[in-house]
Amino acid sequence: MEAAPAIELEGLTRRYGERVALRDVTLSLPYGATLVVFGPNGAGKSTLLRILATLLRPHAGTARVLGRDLPGEGWAVRGSVGLLGHAPLLYRDLTGRENLAYHARLHGVGLDRAEALLEQVGLATRAQDKVHTYSRGMVQRLAVCRAVLHDPQLLLLDEPRANLDPAAREIVEPLIGAASGRTRVITSHDPAGGLADADVALGLRDGSAALLAPVREVDPAQVGALYR
Amino acid sequence: MRRAVSALLRKDLQLELRAPQAVPAMALFSITTLVVFHFAIQRGQVEGDLAAGVLWVTLLFAAMLGTSRLFVADHEEGGLDGFLLAPVDRTALLVAKAISMFSYLVVVEIVAVPAFAIMLLGPTPGAGALAQLVLVLVLADAGVALVGTMVGALAVQTRARDLLVPLLALPLLIPVVIAAAKATTPLLAASAGDVEARWLLILGLYDLVFGLLAYAVFDFLVED
Repeated sequence: MEAAPAIELEGLTRRYGERVALRDVTLSLPYGATLVVFGPNGAGKSTLLRILATLLRPHAGTARVLGRDLPGEGWAVRGSVGLLGHAPLLYRDLTGRENLAYHARLHGVGLDRAEALLEQVGLATRAQDKVHTYSRGMVQRLAVCRAVLHDPQLLLLDEPRANLDPAAREIVEPLIGAASGRTRVITSHDPAGGLADADVALGLRDGSAALLAPVREVDPAQVGALYR
Repeated sequence: MRRAVSALLRKDLQLELRAPQAVPAMALFSITTLVVFHFAIQRGQVEGDLAAGVLWVTLLFAAMLGTSRLFVADHEEGGLDGFLLAPVDRTALLVAKAISMFSYLVVVEIVAVPAFAIMLLGPTPGAGALAQLVLVLVLADAGVALVGTMVGALAVQTRARDLLVPLLALPLLIPVVIAAAKATTPLLAASAGDVEARWLLILGLYDLVFGLLAYAVFDFLVED
């Protein structure tokens, strides 16, 4: 672990028109650690991930990611961040292989890396098929490949195991799990599973941090209370 | 930059071939419009300024269709976010989309201009007039592609995309229409003449100005 945190937020605020999606969020996450973010729908989880991914600008406060200030130095962070959001960021009319090849070219990654990932997630035999013929679980596995294609230091995972059956979860675990060695921010609605997979827990309610503590100090009941 | 432009162009070409969005709609619209003109102007053949006007109105409205569809696949399937996450200059997207739009216009014109000549044009232009017409088309297409890319990037983020594109693009493209129609008029006249150089100069200048403008503002159009 390095001395400087991988993520450092101070009073982070983001609005959509009049509605405040994220309000005065302050936290710090060391390199290699995992932050799990809980909260009901609309609490600001996806907004937080999109700010960290440089896709949204904060309206107040500061965000420092991988040693760079956002949004000013966002260009320097982009190649080191992998985002797995609700949208798979894949083209339905391209094949699995074409989608990965496209992202590999954008990131300057060799096509052999894409092939290896397709093999690893069990999609090599369907790589020539268009994505719109895939099941939701297969799309999610392909989206995992896209998110880790460029071997990012920071992984931003929005309910990454949604749509995956137990076997598929095991398949993607080495890529997005704790064993991947990456700094991770994960959103989850599963208190027990989320806490077991993380080092620090953040609970959001109406955009504010209602809970922020190391997971060893958090009771799943506290997380459940966020949803009531 | 070249790597990103090439990746984007390759992807756009694959998508347009696999699930055609822009070119067939633009081509069909052009042909339909020419048929409507054929009946509406109540004469068998046109020439000169009327012919130039009919041709450019048809091509410009067809371009609006292409502009509306230019970013749709990227927006609806999250591809724009996928691009924005990559460590590449945003200008690559401007360049790639402008080249895509330019290519769509060229393909449509390969269909629409002969159809216009067959259905409506009285005089038969000679080889010299045709070569000059190609030059006018190329210069005008470059301007339409640049403006279309800027407007398309802005409009795709709104729900009123199909309304916003003509509202924003047509006023910006008025200079292109004027210069292109003026340049084309002598080429389509009964006694064929040459293009006046000043109209070509205006089209070239327009391309330069809007190229620089697009370069300056495109980041703000696609980013939050």
